[in-house]
Amino acid sequence: MSHDIWVWVAAFLTLSILSFLYKDNPFYKFAEYLLIGVALGYGIAVTWHSTIIPKIVIPLKEGHQYHLIIPMCIGLLFWARLFPKYAWLSRWPIAFQIGAGVGIGLPLILQADVFKQIQGTILTSAILNNPFNAFSAIVAFVGVVSTLIYFYFSLEHKGVVGGIAKIGIWYIMIAFGAIFGYTVMARMSLLIGRFQFLLHDWLGLMR
Amino acid sequence: MWEKLLNLDRRWIFLITAICVIIPFLFPIGFPTNVTPPTQQIYDKIDNTKPNGPAVIVTFESDASVLPELYPMATAIVKHCFIKNVRVILMSLGMQGVGIMQMVLEDVKKEFPDKKSGIDYVLMPYVPGSGIVIMRMGEDIHKIYNVDYYGVPMDSLLMMKEIRNFSQVSLVVALAGSGAWASWVVYANQRYGASVAAGVTAVAAPDAYPFLQTHQIIGLLSGLKGAAEYETLVEDNLNFKTKKVACIGMDTQSIIHIVMIIFIILGNIAYFVVRRQKKNVS
Amino acid sequence: MRKLVPLRICLVCGIVMLIQFFIPHNYSQTFFQYALDWLIVCGVFAVVIGLDSNFRLHLTRIIRRKKGWGYSLITMVAVLSVAFIGIKFGIGADSLFMKIYRNVEVPMDATMFSLLGFFMASASFRAFKAKNKEATVLLIIAVLMMLGRIPIGYFMWDKLPNLVEWIMMYPNMAAQRGILLGVGLGAAAMQLKILLGIERGWLGGAGD
Repeated sequence: MSHDIWVWVAAFLTLSILSFLYKDNPFYKFAEYLLIGVALGYGIAVTWHSTIIPKIVIPLKEGHQYHLIIPMCIGLLFWARLFPKYAWLSRWPIAFQIGAGVGIGLPLILQADVFKQIQGTILTSAILNNPFNAFSAIVAFVGVVSTLIYFYFSLEHKGVVGGIAKIGIWYIMIAFGAIFGYTVMARMSLLIGRFQFLLHDWLGLMR
Repeated sequence: MWEKLLNLDRRWIFLITAICVIIPFLFPIGFPTNVTPPTQQIYDKIDNTKPNGPAVIVTFESDASVLPELYPMATAIVKHCFIKNVRVILMSLGMQGVGIMQMVLEDVKKEFPDKKSGIDYVLMPYVPGSGIVIMRMGEDIHKIYNVDYYGVPMDSLLMMKEIRNFSQVSLVVALAGSGAWASWVVYANQRYGASVAAGVTAVAAPDAYPFLQTHQIIGLLSGLKGAAEYETLVEDNLNFKTKKVACIGMDTQSIIHIVMIIFIILGNIAYFVVRRQKKNVS
Repeated sequence: MRKLVPLRICLVCGIVMLIQFFIPHNYSQTFFQYALDWLIVCGVFAVVIGLDSNFRLHLTRIIRRKKGWGYSLITMVAVLSVAFIGIKFGIGADSLFMKIYRNVEVPMDATMFSLLGFFMASASFRAFKAKNKEATVLLIIAVLMMLGRIPIGYFMWDKLPNLVEWIMMYPNMAAQRGILLGVGLGAAAMQLKILLGIERGWLGGAGD
C-alpha cells in the first residue's frame, strides 16, 4: 500500500467518481465540482506563465516588439463581451481570427482532405501489377465511390444509382462495425487505466 | 429466465465488468503482443533518425481523460528517443496536454537521469492558436516559442540552436483522443512537408486510415494495443527492460473483450428468445 | 455598421491570406509571419472569455444561495487556490501546482471518462441487437475487431490480426474516405460562405 499522501488523495477522488456507478451521491458531486475548479485554476496559471508572460510581457518589455500593441488592442476587444452595451465590438477580433483562419486553412484543407484523398483512391497501373494489391485497391475504389453515392441525395436512389448506394450501405456498416469494436476497446482501456492505478499505485497488489 | 436476464439491473453488469478487469491484474497471464505494420513504421522512422541530429516532436493533443491509452505511447516513444540519443521536443497545442507532457518527462527521466533539458529534450509551453502555432513552427520555432516551459530563452538552449523549423525535425508524433492530430497533417505535412505520425485512442483510429493509405501519416498507433506494440518493440529490439504498462493492460483487455462478446451474444439470445415467446403468446 | 464592419474585416483578412498562399514571394512570407504572430497574440485575450461564463454561473449560485451552492463554493475555492498556487509558486516539475494537477485533476478526469467503460458493457448487453442484415454485419465486424486486436485472437487464428488490419485499411478506409470527402467539401463550402458573409452565425448574439 502506498505511503504517499498524494496517492491516497488520488485514490479517494477516483473512488468518489466511481461511486456514481451505484447511484448519484455527495462524494461524486464533490469530485465533479472540484474537477471543474481545479481544471479552471490550472488553465489560469498555465496561461499566465506560458502565454501572458512570454507572449505579451517579455516581447514588449525586453524585445521592444511594439508592433504587437496592434493585435493586443484588437484582442482586448474580446473583453467587450463582458459589457453587454459594447459586446458587439468583440466581433472585430473574432472576424480577424475567423477571416485569417479561413484564408490560411481553406486551400490546405482542400488539399489534405479532398485532393490527396481522391489521389489515393485512383487506380494506377503500378497498383494493379500485383494481384493482391489490385484486389485491395479495387475494394477501396468501389467503397469510396459507393459511399459517396450513398450520401449523394440530389439523385433518387433508384436503378443503377440505387444499386451502388446499396453497396455503399454495406461499406458503411463495415466501417461502423470497426468503429464500434474500436470504441469498446477504447472505453475498456480507460477503465483498465484506473484499475491499474488503484491496484498498483495505491494498493500495491500488482507485481 | 431470459426475460429476467434482459431486465437485469445494470449494476450487476458493472460488477461483473469490474471483477473481469481486476482478476487479470492480480493473476497476470503475460500474453505476447504481435506488432502491426503501422506501429513498426513509426518505430523504424525514429530508430533511423540520426542521433543528436534532427529532433522528434511528440505532441499531446488531449486532456487526461484518455491518459490510459495515450500516456504509455508517449512514454514509450520518448524512451525510444532517449535510448537512441534522438533529441525530443515535447509539446501540446492544448493547455492540458502541456501538464501531461511534463508528467511524461518526469516519469521517463527516472530511468534516464542523465538527460538534460535544452540538450536532449525541450518542453514547450502552451501557446493558444492550434493550427496557427503549427504554421509558425514551420516558419521559425524560435519565434513562436521564445522561451521553454521553464521560462528559459529558446536561443540559449543548445539543441534548439540547430533546430529552427520542420526541416530539422525528422518526425512529428501527434497523440490525440480525437481528430486533433489531423491539424498536424493539414498544416505541418501539407504546407511544410513534415513527416507526421499519429497515436490515437482506439475510438479515433478508424478515422485515421484514409490518411495512412495516402502516406499523409507515416504510421499509426491505435489505442492501448498500439502502445503495447511500441513497448514490445522498444524492449525486444533495444534490449531495454522497463515496466510495460500497456502490455500489462493488454491481459485485461483480452479478457474484457471476450466478456463483452459474451455480453453481446447473451443479450442477443435473450432478445430473440423473448421476442419469440411474446409472438407465440399473441 | 455593427455587423458590416466585422463582415468586411473577415472578407479582407481571408482574401489577403488566400493571396499570400498562392504567391510565395519574400514580402508575402514576411507578411504571413507577422500575421501569424498577430493572430496568436490576439488569441491570448480570448482565454479570459472562457472563464467569464463559469465564474458568473458559480458566483450567482453562491450569492443567491441557490440549490447546490455549496458545490459551487468548492469550485470557486478550487479555481482561486490552484490559480494562486500556480501563479505565485510556479508550475515547474516539483511544484505544488504540478502535484495538484497530477494527483487531483488527472485522476478525476481519467476516472470520469472511465465510467464509459461500464456503460459500454451495459450497452453491449442491452442495446446491440442483430435486428436486421445490416446490424448483423456491423456486429460481426465489431466482434472480429475486438478479437483481432487482442492476443487471444492471435492464438485462435494467427492470420486474424492481418485480416483485421486489411479490413481497416481497405473496406473501412473506403467508407471513412467517402465520409471524409463529403465532410471536406462541406467544410470548404462553409468556409467560403463565412468569407463571403453568407453564413453569419459566428457574429453571435452581441446585438445588431
